[in-house]
Amino acid sequence: MSEHNLNVVGKSVARRDGMGHVTGKTVFVNDISFPDMLYLKMVRSPVPHANIKSIDFSEAKKVPGFVRVLTHEDVPKNIYTILTLIGIGPDEEYVLAEDKVRYIGEPIAAIIAESEEAAMEAAAQVRLDLEELPAVFDVEEALKPGAPILKEWGTNYFVYEGHHCRRVRLGDVDKGFSEADYIVEDRYQTSPIEHAPSETTGCIAKPEADGRITIYSNTQALFFTLDNAAIILQVPFQKLHLVGGTVGGGFGGKVDVIVEPISALAAMKTNRPVKYMFSRQEEMQASSSRGAWRMYYKDGVTKDGRIIARKITTYADAGAYNRHTPYAVTKHAANIAGPYRIPNVWIDAHCVYTNRQPGSAMRGFGVTPASFALEMQMDKIAKILGMDPWEIRFLNAYRDGDMKPHQKVVEDATLIEVMQAAAGLVGHDLPDELLAMKSRNGKEA
Amino acid sequence: MSVRIVNFTLNGRNIDVMVNPLKTLQSLLRDELKYTATKTGCKQGSCGSCTVLVEGQPMMSCLLPVEDVAGKDVQTLEGLTQNGDLHPIQEKFFETFAVQCGYCTPGMIMVSKALLDHNPEPSRDEIIASLTGNYCRCTGYEPIIQAVAESAQQLRAAAIEE
Repeated sequence: MSEHNLNVVGKSVARRDGMGHVTGKTVFVNDISFPDMLYLKMVRSPVPHANIKSIDFSEAKKVPGFVRVLTHEDVPKNIYTILTLIGIGPDEEYVLAEDKVRYIGEPIAAIIAESEEAAMEAAAQVRLDLEELPAVFDVEEALKPGAPILKEWGTNYFVYEGHHCRRVRLGDVDKGFSEADYIVEDRYQTSPIEHAPSETTGCIAKPEADGRITIYSNTQALFFTLDNAAIILQVPFQKLHLVGGTVGGGFGGKVDVIVEPISALAAMKTNRPVKYMFSRQEEMQASSSRGAWRMYYKDGVTKDGRIIARKITTYADAGAYNRHTPYAVTKHAANIAGPYRIPNVWIDAHCVYTNRQPGSAMRGFGVTPASFALEMQMDKIAKILGMDPWEIRFLNAYRDGDMKPHQKVVEDATLIEVMQAAAGLVGHDLPDELLAMKSRNGKEA
Repeated sequence: MSVRIVNFTLNGRNIDVMVNPLKTLQSLLRDELKYTATKTGCKQGSCGSCTVLVEGQPMMSCLLPVEDVAGKDVQTLEGLTQNGDLHPIQEKFFETFAVQCGYCTPGMIMVSKALLDHNPEPSRDEIIASLTGNYCRCTGYEPIIQAVAESAQQLRAAAIEE
């Protein structure tokens, strides 16, 4: 297609939703209300790890405006894992806690009331009798013998096809290390990050005359939410109608399916619309964050700058439950050795449970911490060898036909060309031999 | 707690409302009057998404008791569009992509209006200073700063023509 046939590419196109935003006419979920609407507030765990001995709702029920409470006994399929849709299991998270809580903020019971104030007051009046258990907050501590165990299957790690971690193997790293002139080792770590969307997570579930439930939601994943909600509620998919697409900031924080199933259940039990919006405190302290990662590198490098062996042990802190972390670890394992031609690679990537707020999706999750650690390590190698940090990357950049660590052949490589263009854009003069390199001229380039 | 009648002007229209003591202006606007352009991001005066103008000054309506606007002039984003015509600030926010998710936009436009009403020729630093109470997670702020600067130019040009 020739360029003059393009109507949109290369042109500035007005935002479809922009006029609504500048006039205030865009309808966000919390702008919607119905005359007979109820409000849901969650009773949450105040401690990171505990047995639930009993729950006393008697004072909560006396609060004017209290309508009803939902506990795990009301939830048709209370134990779930959202990535069941892509075959990840087993189920391990509780819509509402049963006999244990595993992080501060874990939902225990849902209070439904005539006003938001009444729901908050009644939730505050619920008396929890908790027996605190030892808790673990560090990924490596969680894998040591004697650590408090979070999972029913007896370990604190996700099981990948029978293995304790996601493993990537190419060549023989020990042989590579024995042939190297330098061994370069370091430890890198990233912290949890809250997405902090301007609009907090929330939804309204409304029973319709035909028996369906309409769910107005600010989820980033309408169909994913519909499927998971139908599974948790054990209803046919067509009983639920998800309405959304207007999201007041997401960044991955509105991908997990948290508010919709319990709100739909509340609507079904009361036959009235139910609104459940996170407070800012819940958004910060109970919603998923970007997870924390710890990454150990050991590289074998030759005097002339070639990386000939790379061994990586890495740990994702999933927090107390899966959410999207098992998938993030797989993406992480595929990316953490970098876009470099390294003949010997060994990677163990662990998905670890701790008594922290669950981590989950956020902008390139899994890959972002990998890129940080990887490029810090590349700079460190350059410094030790006294080489230009650009040159070390050109020397090791993968070309078409190279084998990636997870044993896929590189096709359509453009790393060299991208770096050449980037150098030009930032005004960095590259030496002629780097400017002459190409991704497509085979391994001799 | 006795209910009081409060009289004020909302977007040029004189109204009486019945409120409990300490009811916030945000709650009155959104939940009772259904003026939902005014957003609710934090309910603690941190994010600026609920900003309205009281006597032309930007105020966070989530911290403002309705009694405090008795007899005063209150303006929300709904009042900025006159007879279907956008205010130049609205036009510039739209044209320069100063909006993404849209949730901070009403507050951003209201503080910008307060700035330009009082200072038709703000410096870049003055624009940034005026926006510091308003939080945006999408744009990185630069397109918003540009939109305010271009709005100021357009308003000055229009003033000269008149």
